[in-house]
Amino acid sequence: MSIDILMPALSPTMEEGTLSKWLVKEGDNVVSGDLIAEIETDKATMEVETIEDGIVGKLLVQEGEEAIKVNSVIAILIEEGETLKGNEPPLPKNELKSEASSNNNLEIKLDNSTNSKLNIEVNKDNLINKDANRIFISPLANRLAKQLDINLKLVNGSGPNGRIVKFDIENFDHNKKENINNISLSEDNFEIIKNTSMRKTIAARLVKSKNEAPHFYLSLDCNLDKLLEIRASINTKSNDKYKISVNDMIIKAASASLIKVPKANASWENENTKYYKNTDISVAVAIDGGLITPIVRNVQSKGLYDISSDMKYLSSKAKEGKLLPEEYIGGSFSISNLGMFGIKQFSAVINPPQGAILAVGAGERKAIVINENISIATVMSVTLSCDHRVIDGAVGAEFLSVFKEYIENPSLMLL
Amino acid sequence: MSKDKFDLIIIGGGPGGYVAAIRAAQLGMSVSLIEDKHLGGICLNWGCIPTKALLKASEVKHMLDNVGDFGFSVSNIQMDISKITQRSRDVANQLSSGIKHLLKKNKVTVFDGFGYLDKKTTEVKKVIVRLKNNTKTLELTAKNIIIATGARSRNLPFVSSDAINIWDYKTAMTPPKLPSSLVIIGSGAIGMEFASFYNDLGVNVTVVEALNTILPNEDEDISQVVASNFKKRGIIIKINSSLKSVTNNTNSVCSEVVCDGKIETIDSEKVILAIGIIANTENLGLDNYDIKLKNGHILTNEWLETNEKGIYAIGDVTQGPWLAHKASHEATLCVEKIAGHKNLIPIDKTSIPGCTYCRPQVASIGLTEKEAKSQKIDIKVGKFPFIGNGKAIALGEAEGLVKTIFNKTTGELIGAHMVGPEVTELIQGFSIAKKLETTEYELMHTIFPHPTLSEAMHESVLDAFDQAIHY
Repeated sequence: MSIDILMPALSPTMEEGTLSKWLVKEGDNVVSGDLIAEIETDKATMEVETIEDGIVGKLLVQEGEEAIKVNSVIAILIEEGETLKGNEPPLPKNELKSEASSNNNLEIKLDNSTNSKLNIEVNKDNLINKDANRIFISPLANRLAKQLDINLKLVNGSGPNGRIVKFDIENFDHNKKENINNISLSEDNFEIIKNTSMRKTIAARLVKSKNEAPHFYLSLDCNLDKLLEIRASINTKSNDKYKISVNDMIIKAASASLIKVPKANASWENENTKYYKNTDISVAVAIDGGLITPIVRNVQSKGLYDISSDMKYLSSKAKEGKLLPEEYIGGSFSISNLGMFGIKQFSAVINPPQGAILAVGAGERKAIVINENISIATVMSVTLSCDHRVIDGAVGAEFLSVFKEYIENPSLMLL
Repeated sequence: MSKDKFDLIIIGGGPGGYVAAIRAAQLGMSVSLIEDKHLGGICLNWGCIPTKALLKASEVKHMLDNVGDFGFSVSNIQMDISKITQRSRDVANQLSSGIKHLLKKNKVTVFDGFGYLDKKTTEVKKVIVRLKNNTKTLELTAKNIIIATGARSRNLPFVSSDAINIWDYKTAMTPPKLPSSLVIIGSGAIGMEFASFYNDLGVNVTVVEALNTILPNEDEDISQVVASNFKKRGIIIKINSSLKSVTNNTNSVCSEVVCDGKIETIDSEKVILAIGIIANTENLGLDNYDIKLKNGHILTNEWLETNEKGIYAIGDVTQGPWLAHKASHEATLCVEKIAGHKNLIPIDKTSIPGCTYCRPQVASIGLTEKEAKSQKIDIKVGKFPFIGNGKAIALGEAEGLVKTIFNKTTGELIGAHMVGPEVTELIQGFSIAKKLETTEYELMHTIFPHPTLSEAMHESVLDAFDQAIHY
């Protein structure tokens, strides 16, 4: 009996994903726990393991195939001695798919037998998905496409009901083939790059934030001299075991300020306002093709060493695209720091459903007035974006002033 | 709408014209059909259909001559050629009145007369109809016109049919009496069918072909099987022989033939001219428009439209192959194009099957082996003789061959050629296979019923890939 491997849901909200890489090939023996594929969700790339033993009989989706619906069949495992038409000319893909999906329906029923409503919905999705993915193609065109390595998704069928026929393959524009992800329409004037699922997620979330959360902005300057002094003294004692960054200290200061002003640690939930007890700080990390906000959790109970090593671990995972959903979903407050680029001051978009985000600018040597005297200090501008539905001006201002207090007198954070 | 304004006027009521008329009516157009002679055209009245009735008679004769093979003996068999031809005429008339009924049912306005294009004016196109049995002429107008006037048999510069000693197909289909000997000029489908018919009825037949093989459009292997069968039956075949002159004596004809540089004379009672066709383009008023011809036949684009927008041409009056089923298919394609249908597919001329109903029958589709090779296609060829087919042996008709030609690289079926029992009924299997673009894989994995002649088709495909079971 063959076993269908289904597209897994890697997070509760995941509806579809991209199969970025197969880690097995047809004919490979796999046992439960073996990694079989890398799947790209809206924010991360994750490895998927098989829970069944068997031989990989057929990989049903191609590497790079996008928008694969959760629970659709992506591969079939077979048993020893069983064949899925090995050396013969390839079976038409469609036949095999429909055969597979009838098994698939059955399996989902078993999986979800405790929730009959869900069960029905999943099956319906599945049917739609089957039709949407089915490619009508003549056997000859199918074989020609394989020989010429043409992605059938890029071919427009001219036959009855859009069936792909020999003519379509023979007249296929091969430039299309090389630019699956960046189809350039007119190379001279512009280039069109297909949006990744990450870009689409960023777009959707930030549009939602700007549409729904009434933003207001509060800025002030902090004198960094003491903080820099303390940081230097901490780091001189490290023996290369750690290196605390200014950002680590800002995370700590933000957490301490949220504990002191808990009204700023909040989310709008229409009927209710949610006040967080912990300070889970999301920190924006720029990665290839976008950004992601891994979370340093429970900062209030962590020292700088823990915060620093958490950040190192999370940002390196983020850059490899390997963050797990629980490492970036959630958080009560965000920090975005563009100081390293020399940005003096900016306003950030709130990371929904959080209530505020702190935009941190660069520390600059500046002339300031202290006790009627002009002196030189390292000054950092910060801007707090608040969701006015949960944080009023006075609360935001109180938070910022507490934050300034901690930054300018870091020893208070020891209290 | 007044009685002389139509969405579509069709000139000619053969298998192109009447099919176009019915299809257009189905699509809600007001349609007029103008036919000068007989609904159903040559095909139905003087071609495809009545010759099949005649060939059924000669098949019966062949069967009667061989009843001993099946354990019977009969004596005192009488043959009446006038009854044979009468049956053939009855069949044709039955079908022609059937067409009349179909056109009436579909509310097509039929005019019994000769239609031609009037001088080009502004928007509308005008057709003049000279009514038969009436001195009146009518003026009709339409947005679109389809010319479907067909073709007729060709004469040679030095010899024309006289319907007495030198026959065209019409006389050949209605002989007043059986001749003792017959020379047939031309070995295409028409010539071969008459050769087979008259030979089976006991006439001494000689076939004269200018090219180096009979059935020159067929694959060489197929022509060879037919040639050897005909020779066994006593038909004299003269290939590489061009007709130089025909002397019409009162009771016989003397044909002078140049064969391999030598002049030869053949005396026979009658001669049949079967040397091809010419298109019926005369007096149609084509000169009033910019309608282009090539070798006497109208040129169209892939949607059957001539150089003139709104004027279409289908069937034998256009470029070949000149086959009724091609005309009918062009008819529906053309009408649907006029109706603005999307996703229409032009005719692929390598996917039009051709049939010859001589004994043994010949049917083919696609490229011959020679054509495939001249196009430098890397091919795989399968051949399966009917002697390896149980049903053929049981029928007592084990002579013949199924030949299939595949593109070696892609597995595309590029040609299928058959000679043998009922192959004209079998070829549609390969037509469908070609249309659906199957490869050898689907054909190999199709289950053919046993015991049938069609198993030879399967075996031929298997043979192309060295997997034939019964050979």
